[in-house]
Amino acid sequence: VCACVRESVCERERESVCECVREGVLFLSQSPEAACLSAEDISPSSNGPRDDDPDDLFAEATEEVSLDSPERQPILSDGPSPAITPVTPVMISPRVDDEDEEENRDTFDIQISVSDPEKVGDGMNAYMVYKVTTKTSLSIFSRDEVCVKRRFSDFLGLYSKLASKYMHMGYIVPPAPEKSIVGMTKVKVGKEDLSSVEFVEKRRSALERYLLRTVKHPALLKDPDVLQFLESSELPRAVSTQALSGAGILRMVNKAADAVNKMTIKMNESDAWFEEKQQQFENLDVQLRKLHASVESLVCHRKELSVNTASFAKSAAMLGNSEDHTALSRALSQLAEVEEKIDQLHQDQSYADFYLISELLGDYVRLITAVKGVFDQRMKAWAKWQDAQVMLQRKREAEAKLQYANKPDKLQQATDEIREWEGKVQQGERDFEQISKNIRREVGRFEKDRVKDFRVVIIKYLESLVHTQQQLIKYWEAFLPEAKAIA
Amino acid sequence: MEVSSAEAALSVSASSIRITDVTQDGDVLTFAIASQKLNSSAGVCVFRIYEDFDWLQQSLFSQENLPGLQGIIFPPLPSKALPSQSNTQTKALKQLGFLALGQDWQSYCKALEFYLQQVAAHPTLCKCKALDSFLINSESPGKQRGRKGIFNRLSQAVEEMRKESHKDVDNFFQNERNKNTNLAALSKVATEKLLDVVMTEQKLALACGHFATSLHLCVNQDDAAAVAFSKVCLKLSDVIEAVNRNFEKVASNDLSTLGLGLDLESRYQEAEKEMLFRRTCKLIELETVKKGTEKAKASKREVIERFHSSRVNVLKNFLIGWCELQLNTAKEFAELYSQHLEACRNMYSE
Repeated sequence: VCACVRESVCERERESVCECVREGVLFLSQSPEAACLSAEDISPSSNGPRDDDPDDLFAEATEEVSLDSPERQPILSDGPSPAITPVTPVMISPRVDDEDEEENRDTFDIQISVSDPEKVGDGMNAYMVYKVTTKTSLSIFSRDEVCVKRRFSDFLGLYSKLASKYMHMGYIVPPAPEKSIVGMTKVKVGKEDLSSVEFVEKRRSALERYLLRTVKHPALLKDPDVLQFLESSELPRAVSTQALSGAGILRMVNKAADAVNKMTIKMNESDAWFEEKQQQFENLDVQLRKLHASVESLVCHRKELSVNTASFAKSAAMLGNSEDHTALSRALSQLAEVEEKIDQLHQDQSYADFYLISELLGDYVRLITAVKGVFDQRMKAWAKWQDAQVMLQRKREAEAKLQYANKPDKLQQATDEIREWEGKVQQGERDFEQISKNIRREVGRFEKDRVKDFRVVIIKYLESLVHTQQQLIKYWEAFLPEAKAIA
Repeated sequence: MEVSSAEAALSVSASSIRITDVTQDGDVLTFAIASQKLNSSAGVCVFRIYEDFDWLQQSLFSQENLPGLQGIIFPPLPSKALPSQSNTQTKALKQLGFLALGQDWQSYCKALEFYLQQVAAHPTLCKCKALDSFLINSESPGKQRGRKGIFNRLSQAVEEMRKESHKDVDNFFQNERNKNTNLAALSKVATEKLLDVVMTEQKLALACGHFATSLHLCVNQDDAAAVAFSKVCLKLSDVIEAVNRNFEKVASNDLSTLGLGLDLESRYQEAEKEMLFRRTCKLIELETVKKGTEKAKASKREVIERFHSSRVNVLKNFLIGWCELQLNTAKEFAELYSQHLEACRNMYSE
């Protein structure tokens, strides 16, 4: 079996490089497209990337896979395999930058908006449908502008598919917004009050951000599931996302098993970068959660301020109405109006606080969960590789025993099994190497995006602050003559 | 409220009265009161505690043989402040309202100062010897309570029920009573609501402070991306600090102007109510005796009119002051935020 994945497809001997490789699907190339093809479980009918981009691949190839290379020999050594030489970031990052620049130039001309939430159906079977509009000039899309209707479970379904395809390869797949049984129930029951309106708006915004993050990822943008989600008018119902269904329980069980595994896998980390990065992400997680809590309290207080200001405005109005002195009465009524306007400003500002900062922090807390997940996948890949090595060792021992026992037919079987397991070991090693490389690149991209996102938000937030102040100035300047006119 | 300097028994200028300092010793607050002598450039400074103010107020009430005393709307004295440790802010707020806020008793001192100025500027009350001795004598006026005068709160409460419903013979005064009741209630409510607003503004300032601090904790130098991220966090922290200061400023503006003004307004409405109540009591008395009330009526109408015009003036000044302060604050912070915005845009476009 050759360096690429599909045992079923490739029947050439192990020594040579197979057709797949020659066509440009170099295993260790850094382009995401190639990495996609190398996924283990892509069945022939799968929807892996269809496009070939030979330019990218060859330009970026670092190592050619050769099974004869001397590095591969000491596969049964106890220590970490020398094949997994720590690739210093210095070597990788310039290339990643170039690649990103190229991709940014070509691929990032896409706008997605989620709008017009509509309630469909009645009672507990009701659901919200959102309009998803995509405007783009990219060639992978069939039209410049396309509009489709999607419901929440469709988004969850998309995430579920992307996660199962890409996460084990080390890709950071942006998580979809979370379910909220309480929030949705209120909407279903038909309460038209402020909290359910806010809930729908919060969800709409979260869905929009989710899609934008997903397409920002160069590999996910080209994924057929994503394209189908954005373009096709009919989407098969995502069954496995139904609340607390079997699949949901399965996922919970998986998570639990993973947690247990994490504790028992003691990985020989040969690459300090991964250890450092994991620690950094742990720290970042803690910090972001604290920040998030701080901002939530800010949002809460600002809402309270708005309520109190409105209440004060009312009492000032009543005072103005009861006042005999005409000019004072008018001034008090004006005061009430100014306070009402200020109340509106407070509300708007609190939306800015919330949607700009609080939701951003929340998104990043969830993203970091995805990042941690990806590091876990790497550990799983390592464990799988180690297990394969152990198995191979056993098979070799078994074969050695059979040689003495002189049972030719069993011997043949043992030899076959050894070949099988040798292949798996090599596979495991390559997978591990691949996921490590992918993670490095993904983390680099994540860090850059993080800085960019926060910068954008801080500017937007400042703009909102400036706007609020300028409105305040207008209101006070209008009120001053009224106050001075009190005879 | 003009000062008729020709007849003034007061030897200091009313507008120069200031409370320049306040010290706290356990439970007791001592106020330093400074004023300017009228016929020389010398200044006088005395030290008084709350009980002294109370003595002054009682003395004003109990002046004998002063015509029209009953018709005077006495400038309201703020309640006693209880600065002891066990007094939590909520208790203080209930007791003093706005005056409990502000640092180091600033608002409270301002209210006391205003009280003294009002008394000194009142054409009748400024002649009271007690005021002069209060402002000038280095010794405190003594702890004697003196006669309660026409105010005995306990009995008043009992009588109030009975007399409140007694209608006035004069429409002008009846209307005045109704309006006063109405206004008193409304201004109390407005004061409370503004207090809520100011408390929330202070809470917001605190929350901003916490947020800014948390942002500082996100700084680390692990690698280039972390450094860039840390810079963004620090920038945001600065911005949030600015928002914090903004709220503190806005709250203190509210406090020092409109808050004080509304509080004063409330207390003045109470004072007017008390005066009208006294009139009602008198009326009831007089009705049984049927003496001529014409003289009393006439003078009191002026009093009421004067009261209203000065009240309106006071409120006007507070409103103008409030508006100007808030306007300045808004301009200041608009400028600051714009600067931050410019800096960010320049920093990130590189």
